Amino acid sequence: MFNFSYKTQRILILFGFLTIPVILSLTFSYYPALSLLYYSFTDWSGLGWEMNWVGFDNYKEIFSRPEIFGVFKNNAYYFVGGLLQTAVALYFAVVLTSRLKGRNIFRSLLFIPYVLHSVAIVIMFRNLYHVEYGSLNIFLEAIGLGSWQQQWLGNPHLVNFSLAFISIWKYFGLTMVIFIGALQSIPADNYEAAKIDGASGWQTFRFITLPSIRSVLELMLILTLTGALEAFDIPYIMMLGANDTHTFVSKTIDMAFKFQQAGLASAMAIVLLMIVIAFIILQRKLLFREEK
Amino acid sequence: MERQNKAWTIFRYITIAIGLFIVFFPIYSVLIAAFKTKVEYYNSGLALPHDWFNFDNFRKVFKVGRLGLGFKNIFIILIVSLAGNVVIGTMVAYALGRFDFKMKKPIMGMYLVAQVIPMITTQVATFQVIKFLGAYNEIYAPMLLYLGADVLQIVIYLQFVNNIPKDLDESAMVEGASLFKIYRSIIFPLLAPATATLIIMKTISIYNDFYTPYLYMPSRKLQVVSTAIYSFVGPNASEINVISAGILIIFIPTLVIYLFLQRYIFAGVTNGAVK
Repeated sequence: MFNFSYKTQRILILFGFLTIPVILSLTFSYYPALSLLYYSFTDWSGLGWEMNWVGFDNYKEIFSRPEIFGVFKNNAYYFVGGLLQTAVALYFAVVLTSRLKGRNIFRSLLFIPYVLHSVAIVIMFRNLYHVEYGSLNIFLEAIGLGSWQQQWLGNPHLVNFSLAFISIWKYFGLTMVIFIGALQSIPADNYEAAKIDGASGWQTFRFITLPSIRSVLELMLILTLTGALEAFDIPYIMMLGANDTHTFVSKTIDMAFKFQQAGLASAMAIVLLMIVIAFIILQRKLLFREEK
Repeated sequence: MERQNKAWTIFRYITIAIGLFIVFFPIYSVLIAAFKTKVEYYNSGLALPHDWFNFDNFRKVFKVGRLGLGFKNIFIILIVSLAGNVVIGTMVAYALGRFDFKMKKPIMGMYLVAQVIPMITTQVATFQVIKFLGAYNEIYAPMLLYLGADVLQIVIYLQFVNNIPKDLDESAMVEGASLFKIYRSIIFPLLAPATATLIIMKTISIYNDFYTPYLYMPSRKLQVVSTAIYSFVGPNASEINVISAGILIIFIPTLVIYLFLQRYIFAGVTNGAVK
């Protein structure tokens, strides 16, 4: 069919197979990242193409206006929630890899929230948290804990916890399954040996399980951290940032598309990008050190 | 020792029961609310609905919330994006995994670095690219973004290509097969397990995605499921029973995929995270 030599074919394949994907990646990953850097030094509004070079003004503004940099405190709720989620997921992963009837079914059931539609989940919780007709308050009343009823979304001290909980609810099963994968790759011999040496359950966990899954644990912590920094859709869909629930990303999106301050928003995005990349490099370094 | 084990077993079952309760309580609330009338909803608390065949809420949410349109649009976007992702992913993995050439290292590095850039942070600039290409408020916008910006598939495919023995290629070459034929008849079919996992994972993530359609396709005609339910909730926020019917319908597609193809999903999440 094709009577080209393999040398010619090779060139054809390389060009044919790589040109379009490389162009796509440059257009939608690298060009935006670079132009973002450029915009961040301008006063561009995001409409039209008029922009003036303003140097580091946008960056100064980010760090001097507490209502911008200060929203990171809301991201902290998602980070703490993420830590809690990691701990609980690890517990369930250990329990569901131990000898226990029905463990496969429990695992499948606990994973379900992860596959459910994210916007629908947020709206589901909005109904659940409804002060008067929400199932949560009705349930508390029904079991005689009426005094625990709360304005889950109205109370400014509580709202960020309520939102962070949704994130735990959705992602806990995912973390658990990843841990289960890691736990199952630990050779059974190690546990046999520990049993012969008379180690208790806790000792086995502490000295065999934990060290074996250390790299996965580290990875999960970094993912928790970057996930918390990038938290966006839960507060945005639920509250549109009202009641002091803005996260850094939802603030950035508003700054760019609602307040027409694309230059400032670009600078915010660059700051976030730098923080995330710094953590990822840190994690790679940690992993690398271990391999040595 | 015996007694201690028994206590530990009971403790494990109790914690599992609590976990299951927390997972299913919100879903239970949605399920019962979806079948209740408005009056019934506000009076009956957590009780089961009177009539499990009361589909009024479903009819209403389909009509007013235009869910049918949402499903149609997301289906079109999914088909094009998935086909494109599989073709691009396998081609790049074949080219990078089987040949040595000058640009190999830079291209490989390019994909690995792109993987760590969080897409949500660069949207301000990506928005201009999409506008410049004339794709803003067109159904092509999310297709282009799902094709071009996400590189996870290339990383996963590369791992699989490296595991296919090179002898297969060489014996095909002895028989005179062209390189394209080797890609099409040997590499592509052998990547099927990776393709299955990838299609399922991507279907879930594209179906769930909110900000891409929200930012790039504000037109009502182009609503997908995410944006349809989002805009439906605004003016109708008081009718929790109708909204619940909508939530339930939207839950079903990925739930069905999960029930039948769980194995691939578990493989996907463990591969994606650990490697």
